[in-house]
Amino acid sequence: MMMRRKMVLRVVSKLLIPFILLFALYVQWHGDFGPGGGFQAGVIFAAAFMLYGLIYGLGTLREALPSWVTRLVLSLGVLLYAGVGVVCLLLGGNFLDYDVLAHDPLHGQHYGIILVEFGVGLTVFAGIITIFCAFAGRAAADVNPHDPEETARAGDD
Amino acid sequence: MIEYEFPGLLNYWIVFLLMMIGLYIVIGHENLIKKIVGLNVFQVSVFVFYISMAKIKGGTAPILADGIEVYSNPLPHVLILTAIVVGVATTALGLALVVRVQESFGTIEDDEVREQEEQDG
Amino acid sequence: MSFIAEHISVLVVIVPLMAAPLCVIVRHGAVSWGWATLVCLANFGLSILLMQQVLANGTIVYDLGGWEGPWGIVYHIDEVGALVVLIVSAIAAIVMPYAKESIEREIPKERHYLAYCMMLLCIAGLIGMAVTGDAFNLFVFLEVSSLATYVLIALGNDRRALTAALRYLILGTVGATFYVIGLGMIYMMTGSLNMTDLASLLPAVQNTGTVHVALAFIVVGFGLKLALFPLHVWLPNAYTFAPSAVTAFLAATATKVAVYALIRLIFTVFGDIDPLETYGVRAAVMVLAIAGMFAGSLIAIYQSNVKRLLAYSSVAQVGYMILGISIGNAPAMAGGIIHMFNHALMKGALFMALGCVFYVIGSVKLEDMAGLGKRMPLTAAAIVAGGFSLIGVPLTVGFISKFYLVEGALAAGMWPVALLIMLSSLLAVIYVWRVVEVMYFRSPAIGCETRTEAPMSLLVPTYILLGAAFWFGIDATFTGDVAMSAAQTLLGGSK
Repeated sequence: MMMRRKMVLRVVSKLLIPFILLFALYVQWHGDFGPGGGFQAGVIFAAAFMLYGLIYGLGTLREALPSWVTRLVLSLGVLLYAGVGVVCLLLGGNFLDYDVLAHDPLHGQHYGIILVEFGVGLTVFAGIITIFCAFAGRAAADVNPHDPEETARAGDD
Repeated sequence: MIEYEFPGLLNYWIVFLLMMIGLYIVIGHENLIKKIVGLNVFQVSVFVFYISMAKIKGGTAPILADGIEVYSNPLPHVLILTAIVVGVATTALGLALVVRVQESFGTIEDDEVREQEEQDG
Repeated sequence: MSFIAEHISVLVVIVPLMAAPLCVIVRHGAVSWGWATLVCLANFGLSILLMQQVLANGTIVYDLGGWEGPWGIVYHIDEVGALVVLIVSAIAAIVMPYAKESIEREIPKERHYLAYCMMLLCIAGLIGMAVTGDAFNLFVFLEVSSLATYVLIALGNDRRALTAALRYLILGTVGATFYVIGLGMIYMMTGSLNMTDLASLLPAVQNTGTVHVALAFIVVGFGLKLALFPLHVWLPNAYTFAPSAVTAFLAATATKVAVYALIRLIFTVFGDIDPLETYGVRAAVMVLAIAGMFAGSLIAIYQSNVKRLLAYSSVAQVGYMILGISIGNAPAMAGGIIHMFNHALMKGALFMALGCVFYVIGSVKLEDMAGLGKRMPLTAAAIVAGGFSLIGVPLTVGFISKFYLVEGALAAGMWPVALLIMLSSLLAVIYVWRVVEVMYFRSPAIGCETRTEAPMSLLVPTYILLGAAFWFGIDATFTGDVAMSAAQTLLGGSK
């Protein structure tokens, strides 16, 4: 636990993180009819976790978000995106032709883009977290060579 | 009479200046981190290039609204969003490789790495 | 069945693409391998069906998301495209079964699943490059395959694999970015990214400086990716230090797909104006190709690491492909296209045989391979047979492609070029002979005379690929017909 004494940072980040997460969700779900979408939302969502990791240490972040979770989310995002495309195929449309997802093509487009953007969001979020932890894990190895436990857990990607 | 506005082709001059700076850093610097930074500058110049080209004078963001007839071209923006993501992935992978080069060679100066490589036979 | 037939052009891309994340989820080497092998075999089947469809019905155009071109992204598969898809998936289907033992030997256990995941992503990217009909989509697939390639190279055991991957990453990114710059300029002039659409829009602006510069950026960008001399510097180290199975796969596919992308851009996107002729760069490209043929072979002669020797030989072979494109008549063009296919077979087989050598003796240095003819007779014989193909001995695939190339050069009245093709083949004789001499006419080092052959799971795929290299050398009707008609279509567009 680094930063034990940085009271201001800890309190402010605790206040901020929920709002960052909320904003990320807004950007995610608003993406189909306004500026926003999976890429931006994923990065903002990841930013909240990165802030948490910076203030409370990488080990705490990895307790909240173990590496198997990020790996799973990373893969599921890609599968969701491509899966929507395959469902379109099975319903008789072309790949990623959302028209066939609902009775009304307009609704179909709506569902399709929301799901696909959600897939993008998941993958980008997990990707950014993975990148952050991979580098931060190396830094932790330099700063604190006597805690191989944390290093191993952090660099486990 | 040719109407000349201040920005004119300024964007493109800056794009190509950045491009040359980036490429020079990639070629000229021995430090691997600086090479990656140069690569980023080089890529960013291309992003600016695409975004500049999409701008239409007086055009607004491409969201349908009453009373607006001129929109900027959104397609290059989308292309560049993709290119940015690719750039992030490339940078992350490049830096990860630099970290491992540092771990196994003990240096990130390209000329020193090269010397060690020659000793490896 | 009709479902598959209808969507086959997109299935060949998404099957490996969706298989890759599953490898990450299971995170188990052997399971990932089984899954990846299954997927590669299935994809090979799909690509055969795709080839049949294209041969029967002509070019396939598939609208992604139901959006028609030029507004949406389309997949556009012609004969050469189908041939390239077939090359990539066939090599993948042969390398995957081979990869298990080889990767177990060369990569730490916890990274096995990563290797298979990256292989699948690389396959998806390469096939995507071959099928896409959208110029920007080409860049995206190029980067998908390239990023996977960098990771695969960095998985090599030697620490120099890291620097090889990093240097390839830097040069590869510069190359891809050059392509994006060129494409941006074309988009400025035409307002389209669809390849078919571009072909009809470009002639109107062909004499502008912007299009000239765009062509230069695109050719240099892809020149970097396909290792055209003198932009090949990333290739030897990358091939030398990557794991054997990875080298076999990359050497057989990556540069070929880049060559195909360049053909596509030059002959269909710029198609109606034949940029090589209009901008007077035919001679320049030809000189680079011939310089590559000679420089690659000459440097190969002096290598002491056989993997690196073959890597330099790849630089020379890329020279032949580009030469075929630059001569500009149908037989030579067909020669270039056939050589893409043939070189994939022979280089794949050779690198796989070297993987067997590495598996058993733990080195691919020339001096360590002394007496290999006695120690590993089957592997050594495979290397000799592959070497014959590199030289272009009759009955091997190498002969077929050189035959077409020489025929094209003579038809174009360029007999010095034909002579140079022969001469560079003589250089190939020298570097192949060096390996043969060490393997068969030197006695093995003391203490390792015992006969130890590589396991069957390595030898069988090697021999299958080698068998294909002879099969298509003896009966070249399939490759010859496809390449000839493809060449005529491509050149027909430029008249």
